[in-house]
Amino acid sequence: MAEKVLVKGNEALGEAAIRAGCRYYFGYPITPQSELTEYMSRRLPEVGGVFLQAESEVSVVNMLYGASCMGVRVMTSTSSPGFSLMQEGISYMAGAELPAVFINVVRGGPGLGDIQPAQGDYLQATKGGGHGDYRLIVLGPSTIQEAIELVMLAFDLADEYRTPVEVLADGMIGQMMEPVEFPEMRSLDTLPEKPWALTGAKGRKPNKITSFDLDPYKLEEMNLRYEATRKRIIANEQRWEEENIEGADILVAAYGTVGRIMKTVMEMARERGIKVGLFRPITLWPFPYKRLEELSKGVDTVFTVEMSGGQMLEDVKLAVKDNAKTPFYGRMGGVVPTPEEILDQIESLVKGSENR
Amino acid sequence: MALGYIEIDEERCKGCGLCMNACPKKVIRFSKSFNSKGYHPAEFYDPEGNCIACGFCYMMCPDTAITVYRYEKVAANK
Amino acid sequence: MNAKVVMKRPDSLSKIDFTYCPGCHHGIVHRLIAEVIDELGIREKTVIVAPVGCSVFAYTFFEIDGTVASHGRAPAVATGMKRARPDRIIFTYQGDGDLAAIGTTEIVHAANRGENITVIFINNAVYGMTGGQMAPTTLIGQRTTTTIHGRDPKAAGYPIRICEMLSQLEGPTYIERVAVDTPQHVMKAKKAIKKAFENQINGLGFSLIEVLSTCPTNWGLPPVEAIKWLQENMMKFYPLGVYKDKTREEAKEGIV
Repeated sequence: MAEKVLVKGNEALGEAAIRAGCRYYFGYPITPQSELTEYMSRRLPEVGGVFLQAESEVSVVNMLYGASCMGVRVMTSTSSPGFSLMQEGISYMAGAELPAVFINVVRGGPGLGDIQPAQGDYLQATKGGGHGDYRLIVLGPSTIQEAIELVMLAFDLADEYRTPVEVLADGMIGQMMEPVEFPEMRSLDTLPEKPWALTGAKGRKPNKITSFDLDPYKLEEMNLRYEATRKRIIANEQRWEEENIEGADILVAAYGTVGRIMKTVMEMARERGIKVGLFRPITLWPFPYKRLEELSKGVDTVFTVEMSGGQMLEDVKLAVKDNAKTPFYGRMGGVVPTPEEILDQIESLVKGSENR
Repeated sequence: MALGYIEIDEERCKGCGLCMNACPKKVIRFSKSFNSKGYHPAEFYDPEGNCIACGFCYMMCPDTAITVYRYEKVAANK
Repeated sequence: MNAKVVMKRPDSLSKIDFTYCPGCHHGIVHRLIAEVIDELGIREKTVIVAPVGCSVFAYTFFEIDGTVASHGRAPAVATGMKRARPDRIIFTYQGDGDLAAIGTTEIVHAANRGENITVIFINNAVYGMTGGQMAPTTLIGQRTTTTIHGRDPKAAGYPIRICEMLSQLEGPTYIERVAVDTPQHVMKAKKAIKKAFENQINGLGFSLIEVLSTCPTNWGLPPVEAIKWLQENMMKFYPLGVYKDKTREEAKEGIV
């Protein structure tokens, strides 16, 4: 087993990408993820990679577009406002079926917001922040170790389905330090072949990569191809964690950092004689609707907790329908809810439904 | 005696006239007929053999519709 | 007497008809690029990054790998490509709306990094594809669909001289402005384009060729008169010439 190292989340995310065979990073400084950009500026040259600090996030996403066209594994990392600037480029990459990994270390918003951890970008991430019919695969880590695994998974999914993939972390995951293990370095010659890349029309017809066609019927064909890919992803790539489900008094739906806080809340609740189940989506898109729907038939309440005004809540409601009540508790502006305040909410919900 | 001649792809030509404007020997004119796009294409017309195969027409053509040929000099006394 | 072909359609042009208006200079520049690619023997390792604009279809007009960048971002796309595969020849083909308006940031920083790419910049003083609106390079007093009384600098600022602007930067290696209004200028333009590609092949850094071009349809002039207008107006405000040539400076100092 590889030995454990104490490492900052931002740097772990960068090292994970390198272990996944990524050798190209284009980025722009933005709190709370700048350490990731700094790390890549030091680390990539050590492994023969290319680091470039661009002039804006708009340029960054287009550099990713270009590098991805050449068939290499490429990534960037940014935070909410920077990620918003990348939306047009991401829509182009989705339409051109170009793989790449975007790490979004979410911070308080909207607008300039602040630099605290938050989850206010869920809808942008999972419903498509740019124009046109497309979705990103969105992965929501709750610990640094899981973030490492999900970054590596992100590169594999991006290549397999030829799509941009977003790792939706937050300022907490980026800034905290934890002991973690890194998997072995993947050798570059095991990376998937990309015959579609623009490596030069040598011994083949020219490759053309574009999201463009003026003929609506051809563009519809392209869209039907993207849709078929989305269906495959929905069928094969849903991931979640469920814990303490059997006989739970209440089921909590939470992801990322709040999903982690819930582990403490569940223990504290047990001491107060309340059995709290946890449903933690890991793929935020494709959202695990079916499983949550099944679980919601066995409980009275599916309680959604987020660091936002209620965004994953919408997907929870889609899954739960009227099988159970779907109350919500959230903190906005980058405020991180404490286990105690969440537990108080749970107590009142559970007591509320008991003495009816 | 003409030093060469040109062939004009009538379908590619859009009748812009830049070749005629550039031709020093004025041996290109608009054809009376139409191509399928409805343009009067350019037409090589060199009854007196003035074409010097300079290629100015080729250089100015925005649609690369012209191919320029140059007669090979046959050695006078061979 | 038999005759041999002396000038024909270059191999690096695809079979697809150009979608440009009659007399549009885009087509001439496309041919020059294709001739240069043929002569340098680089068709099989060259990639075009087309812009959004009339030349958005350019990626299909060349028998090479190609893509379309979002409006103004071609220099960033090309940067990503070149950093990923430095041994490929990457060039962007951009209009004045694309490069000098929305894409100013990308072109300035690609030039400033001395990115080893080739940029072909078509300046026809209007947004062609969208129907003839004012562009950053629209001349003072020039009528467009968004300056119907003529461009007034108090309201819409001044035309931007890209070659002069970019040549202030340390990064670029070669910047020249050319035109394709006459056969003589076409030959000079080809020389400039060829040098711009050779610079990239030799790893000498960023080259940009600005080509003054007509837009008969949106200028409201027949093709031949459009050329006259270009000569009498655009060439005065945008003088042709080499604005930067590090290869010659360095040659003098014996570096190259």
